[in-house]
Amino acid sequence: MNTEILGSVLQVVAMVVLAYPLGRYMAKVYKGERTWSDFMAPIEKWIYKLCGINPQEEMNWKKFLVALLTINVFWFFWGMILLVCQGCLPLNPDGNAGQTPDLAFNTCISFMVNCNLQHYSGESGLTYFTQLFVIMLFQFITAATGMAALAGIFKAMATRSGKQIGNFWNLLVKSCTRILLPLSLIVGFILILNGTPMGFDGKMELTTLEGARQSVSQGPAAAIVPIKQLGTNGGGYFGVNSAHPLENPTFLTNMVECWSILILPMAMVFALGFYLKRKKLAYTIFGVMLFAYLLGVVGAHYYEMNGNPRIDEMGIAQNRGAMEGKEIRLGSAATALWSQTTTVTSNGSVNGMHDSVMPLTGMMTMLNMMINSWFGGVGVGFMNYYTFIIIAVFISGLMVGRTPEFLGKKVEAREMKIAMIVALAHPFIILVGTGIASYLAVHQPELAGAWLNNPSFHGLSEMLYEYTSAAANNGSGFEGLGDNTYFWNFTTGLVLILGRYLPIVGQVAIAGLLASKKFIPESAGTLKTDTGTFAVMTFAVILIVAALSFFPALTLGPIAEYLSL
Amino acid sequence: MKNLLKAFKLTLAFCVLFSVLYIFVLWVFARIAGPNGGNAEVVVVDGKVVGAANVGQAFTKDVYFWGRPSCAGDGYDASSSAGSNKGATNPEYLQEVESRIDTFLVKHPYLQRSEIPAEMVTASGSGLDPEISKAGAYVQIKRVAQARGMSEEKVKEVVDQYVKGPLLGLFGPASRVNVLKLNVALDEIQKEN
Repeated sequence: MNTEILGSVLQVVAMVVLAYPLGRYMAKVYKGERTWSDFMAPIEKWIYKLCGINPQEEMNWKKFLVALLTINVFWFFWGMILLVCQGCLPLNPDGNAGQTPDLAFNTCISFMVNCNLQHYSGESGLTYFTQLFVIMLFQFITAATGMAALAGIFKAMATRSGKQIGNFWNLLVKSCTRILLPLSLIVGFILILNGTPMGFDGKMELTTLEGARQSVSQGPAAAIVPIKQLGTNGGGYFGVNSAHPLENPTFLTNMVECWSILILPMAMVFALGFYLKRKKLAYTIFGVMLFAYLLGVVGAHYYEMNGNPRIDEMGIAQNRGAMEGKEIRLGSAATALWSQTTTVTSNGSVNGMHDSVMPLTGMMTMLNMMINSWFGGVGVGFMNYYTFIIIAVFISGLMVGRTPEFLGKKVEAREMKIAMIVALAHPFIILVGTGIASYLAVHQPELAGAWLNNPSFHGLSEMLYEYTSAAANNGSGFEGLGDNTYFWNFTTGLVLILGRYLPIVGQVAIAGLLASKKFIPESAGTLKTDTGTFAVMTFAVILIVAALSFFPALTLGPIAEYLSL
Repeated sequence: MKNLLKAFKLTLAFCVLFSVLYIFVLWVFARIAGPNGGNAEVVVVDGKVVGAANVGQAFTKDVYFWGRPSCAGDGYDASSSAGSNKGATNPEYLQEVESRIDTFLVKHPYLQRSEIPAEMVTASGSGLDPEISKAGAYVQIKRVAQARGMSEEKVKEVVDQYVKGPLLGLFGPASRVNVLKLNVALDEIQKEN
């Protein structure tokens, strides 16, 4: 069998197999039960004492959200100031300048919402200081924010009747110390052993074999790569992310990095089962997500490994698949797998250029982000799925004439309104953004000339991809788009904020509202939510609500391009 | 307000934990166990660094094996990695590939069009791909051998030494050759003779 495909199979198997025990561990951590990582407790105690936090203090959903939003606003100012001033701060051996305010706005928002819409290039747009004290720091703490929010929702779902959903600070700190930190260290060690740089010297200046000068950017990459993968942030150290041979030197590091993207989102679903003691519910949800993910994976492998038909027409040997924008040590299959993995989660790292993938692979990456609830970003991905469960419960309740209930709580008008707003906001911000950009591109050709790297259908795809990526807090891009301009920095910045906080606020609110309702014990009249039927129902609802809203846009972009191949 | 103070202190605590402690652990580990003490791994000839082992560099001379087309800066600029970001149907891009094929054929007149591996005329994702496939190396053997005045068999022997297979023989791309290491090896062999 083809070794490239075997490589992909191994990666998926390793994700699923290891997600199970990790999920059990995470459920224990969030419940506050004893685990092997209790040796971290003194460090946590020290943090709580220093910050005046009482980890036992319970919060209702409003208090929980206020804490979450406050620290996020604080991080915004923290990031803005450091990014603009980075030129004068220490650890800047390459003498890189501060970012312009609009670029800093975009960068800061982007990492604050755990995204990585990088309109700069890592080698020249940041210093070692901002790489560590803004980018990497945010990669840890914003991922932990999403995890803490989900842990709050777990608690809300588990509550029979009560207003308390846990302590945000406690969940935030524990997500960092018990989950993200240990895993990052392990991945970091593997990367270092395989040749990813981890030092503070500036560029390496050398003379090549042919006598030319070459300066090789390096730095503390091995610290950032693990957490950008694990925290589903995706913000690469180097401009081309994990396609860079220093960021991702071997096929082994590629497997570890790709595994790191999906391991926590997968484990989160299992954690739900262990936390609520409803394993069957977790399995059905996991099944739906895995099925949808694998659909994309198989399709992408097919199109990428078959290569570009237009290149075939030139009569050369295209045995390795479509290699434009891909790397020899990784191969077309590994890039196909990564392209789907990074878009079902809100990761956004890449190991090959998405702008150059085949049209339908590109469409599937976009569709993954448009749906944005197959595994999804750490924490927030499952929360999006939760929204659709609520909608599916409601619709199927209407269909069979039963009161819509989820986990013993009645779903009523207020929750439904919030769920619908959250579900519809996503297509709204993507399509309005793309609409405005396309209008400008058509009516002011000089703009389109500066923005777009490709003409025709693919040009539209570049713009559509950018807003989709921003709304899904993904961060990958059709990078040909010239996006470091006022227009793109501000509009995508806005979309990023809406795409992150609207869902989080809505979902925590739904969970909080449901938690405070009276618990209705299960009876013969209850609609079961852990059956295959309900899983199919949810899948259908997601497909109808999320995917179909985008069908016209996709037809004009990738589908039209595919038909013109 | 109380929350804001907590947020401020907590952020500082996280800075200590991640930006200082976590970094320090990895940095120390890299100094001890990393291939080049935390810097990019290098290839050294006669005590002089001629390149980073994992970072591709431009080869244009006939005596050397060539790497893939690069869109990083002016080509293999290791301080600004980039792919072409050209779409599969972009006419400008397809023309570029066409002209790369023509150039490749001019430099390798003994080749049939159908023998040219696509990866030799398409740009890599990073613009710094250090490797080519086995097929990509094989098609260049005759040119390199002629330019160096070596026998084709000898050059092929060296190439075969530098072909690497999949991980554990099972996972990943079937073959790859590090262009820089291969070229250095050829230089060394000729120096000996």
